[in-house]
Amino acid sequence: MDDNGTLQTVIVLSGGLSHERDVSLRSGRRVSQALRSRGIEVVESDVDSTLLTQLGELADSVVFPLLHGEAGEDGALREVFELIGVPFVGSVGSACRVAFDKSIATTVVRSAGVRTPAQIALPYETFKELGAPILVKALGDQIGFPMMIKPSRCGSALGCSKVTRAAELPGAMVGAYAYGSVAVIEEFVEGTEVAVAVVDRGSGPLALPAVEIRPESGVYDYAARYTAGATRFLCPAEVTDDVAGGCADMALRVHRVLGLRDLSRTDMIITGEGEPVFLEVNVAPGMTETSLVPLAVETAGWSLGKMCADFVRAASARDDVKAISLAVP
Amino acid sequence: MSETSPAEHDEPVLERLHRQDTRLDHYIDRYAARAHGMTASAIRALFAVANRPEVVSLAGGMPNITDLPLDVVGSVLNELVLTDGRRAMQYGSGQGEPAIREAICELMRLENITAHPDDVMVSVGSQQGLDLLTRIFCNPGDVVICEAPSYVGALGVFRSYQCEVVHVAMDEQGLNPSALADALRALRRAGRTVKLLYTIPNYHNPAGVTQSLDRRLELLQLAERADLLVVEDNPYGLLGFDGEPIPALRSLNEHQVIYLGSFSKTFAPGFRVGWVLAPHAVREKLVLAQEAATLCPPVFSQSAVAAYLANHDWRGQIKVFREMYRERRDAMISGLTSHMPTGTTWTYPEGGFFVWLTLPPGIDSHAMLPRAVTARVAYVPGTAFYADGFGSRHMRLSYCFPTPERIIEGTRRLGEVLEYEARMLEIFGTAVESENDRRALGPREAPGPDQP
Repeated sequence: MDDNGTLQTVIVLSGGLSHERDVSLRSGRRVSQALRSRGIEVVESDVDSTLLTQLGELADSVVFPLLHGEAGEDGALREVFELIGVPFVGSVGSACRVAFDKSIATTVVRSAGVRTPAQIALPYETFKELGAPILVKALGDQIGFPMMIKPSRCGSALGCSKVTRAAELPGAMVGAYAYGSVAVIEEFVEGTEVAVAVVDRGSGPLALPAVEIRPESGVYDYAARYTAGATRFLCPAEVTDDVAGGCADMALRVHRVLGLRDLSRTDMIITGEGEPVFLEVNVAPGMTETSLVPLAVETAGWSLGKMCADFVRAASARDDVKAISLAVP
Repeated sequence: MSETSPAEHDEPVLERLHRQDTRLDHYIDRYAARAHGMTASAIRALFAVANRPEVVSLAGGMPNITDLPLDVVGSVLNELVLTDGRRAMQYGSGQGEPAIREAICELMRLENITAHPDDVMVSVGSQQGLDLLTRIFCNPGDVVICEAPSYVGALGVFRSYQCEVVHVAMDEQGLNPSALADALRALRRAGRTVKLLYTIPNYHNPAGVTQSLDRRLELLQLAERADLLVVEDNPYGLLGFDGEPIPALRSLNEHQVIYLGSFSKTFAPGFRVGWVLAPHAVREKLVLAQEAATLCPPVFSQSAVAAYLANHDWRGQIKVFREMYRERRDAMISGLTSHMPTGTTWTYPEGGFFVWLTLPPGIDSHAMLPRAVTARVAYVPGTAFYADGFGSRHMRLSYCFPTPERIIEGTRRLGEVLEYEARMLEIFGTAVESENDRRALGPREAPGPDQP
């Protein structure tokens, strides 16, 4: 099935300046290959000063952003695309801003009835002003151990650590603050780790089968995510149909409540009682050789290239804003 | 108007799906023991960001070859292909081509080494020389003694042959003899087999220090008494900024020292031509190992380097490089002096590419790297240069590649990051437990060779 002739050139954006640049480059390569296998013309580009010129030169192109981390997932770049009227795949800037920030996303989905862990968000200035010992004690009392410490805006488990006692907390905070100025402190949820992708190929959002994640080391850290062989994946997850349904429901609700578009991936933990608990949502999920979304797509019997082509088609169809001319006069 | 097969757009019904149970690596249970530990690393991934022009990278080790006269190199290569192309593009000797081996002997004379071309084996970079040497000498579990810190590329070789690396302390004159003596005694008592001492006497990567002549003599005496085989790795020997090169260890002792040399820093790295100077019995085994690995080292590259040496003022070229690196060294030292917070110390390199920084207590260079990348400056955390998890109080800064202005800007950004880090420390207390203290062998966590 060839999409050539029915689709414009796709500009796959990958790389960028975030800590996840390397992952992004791999995602970009895989999606580019998948699109090319459908006969679609793809230009791979990094985000730099030549980008807008390129967009001007490729007048009818659609952008497929695969930037992970800030600039890609915080919505800033997407706002620019909306401004200049370039169609792009994925959620709009304002939705990304909410989804990418763990402290905001958790609050918003919780108020929509999604079960979340207890969470406190703290900028490092607060520690500076109020003093660490008091806050460390308060966190221990309020959240309790074990707890998960994460940078509020980051992916790939960078800066994340599990804290089992108070003495470990300062080090974990410093580790999280290495990636940004706000950290979230959450109660640690014991259970089965799963991820559910939600995709909309033009007829409404669908939840793909949940991927169950079992890292060999016990921790799904950066090495576990990006070293082939380091983690065992089961898709569909090894859970009852009821539980699977609950996971799918949560992912769909998150996708809807946050106003996400085309593709998202919600990560969650299923408790011993079979209840999914929200961890975070991704608006630009990884598409590398070891990523979860391509695995779910494969399990569903879909072609990654065809799915991405559908996203491009949908993005192109919804753009009714005339592009401002980017040509140099 | 594309047709779709029915299955494609069906909602995925869970009962009909075949469960995938995968680790995404079909061969996961079949790798050799020596392949374990080849994992993705967040730190290494950060060096991909350092490639971007917005980031001042003080992390790389790429020689600056902007001053290479491309017209000269171009005409030399043209001449080579036209007059000698068929030989240069054919298989050659497993030991390396005679012409380059002769030129190598001439080059080594600059560091007082007298050798015969027959004792030289050409390798694909001195990196491969070290690899083959380790292959013929070291069994899994054998001990290799390295300086503390040591070159990350060498640590990678020893790791790949499942050696145990024991680090021995250096001081401002390089490897410390009494520390070495202590280590040898302890290892002997523990019944361990020590196969090699690996040392970088000149403008050490990463420490920046150089062994004085007296220190070299002392170390060699020790090695002689302990019958310890010394591997001398000397890529930077001709890139000292003041005075004549200090005589190589190999020039002071012919039978206890095996010498590794390279054209990467004195000419250019892309040709991948290095060499091993070894006693004939060792050399014979090395050549057999080379033939098993590559059949022969690249003939074309060797011919190119030989032609360059024969037709260009390579001594003058090295002088040009030296002056260029000196200017950058000066910029680095000046930048560090202006921008580093109190409590930071660093080595003063008299040649080569690197400065080794020691941070104020409590600051962890490994944990700090993401913060530095956000601030658009990159360095290599000291942990990359130790096999045993140490090094988080240090970092390696290179001045070989960026311009002097960029170097100074880099030190300014680094100063700001260190200040932020110090504030963090104040807020959270110095009793911050670091995982680094507990970490054992980590994956190779340094930039790739082609990352500036």
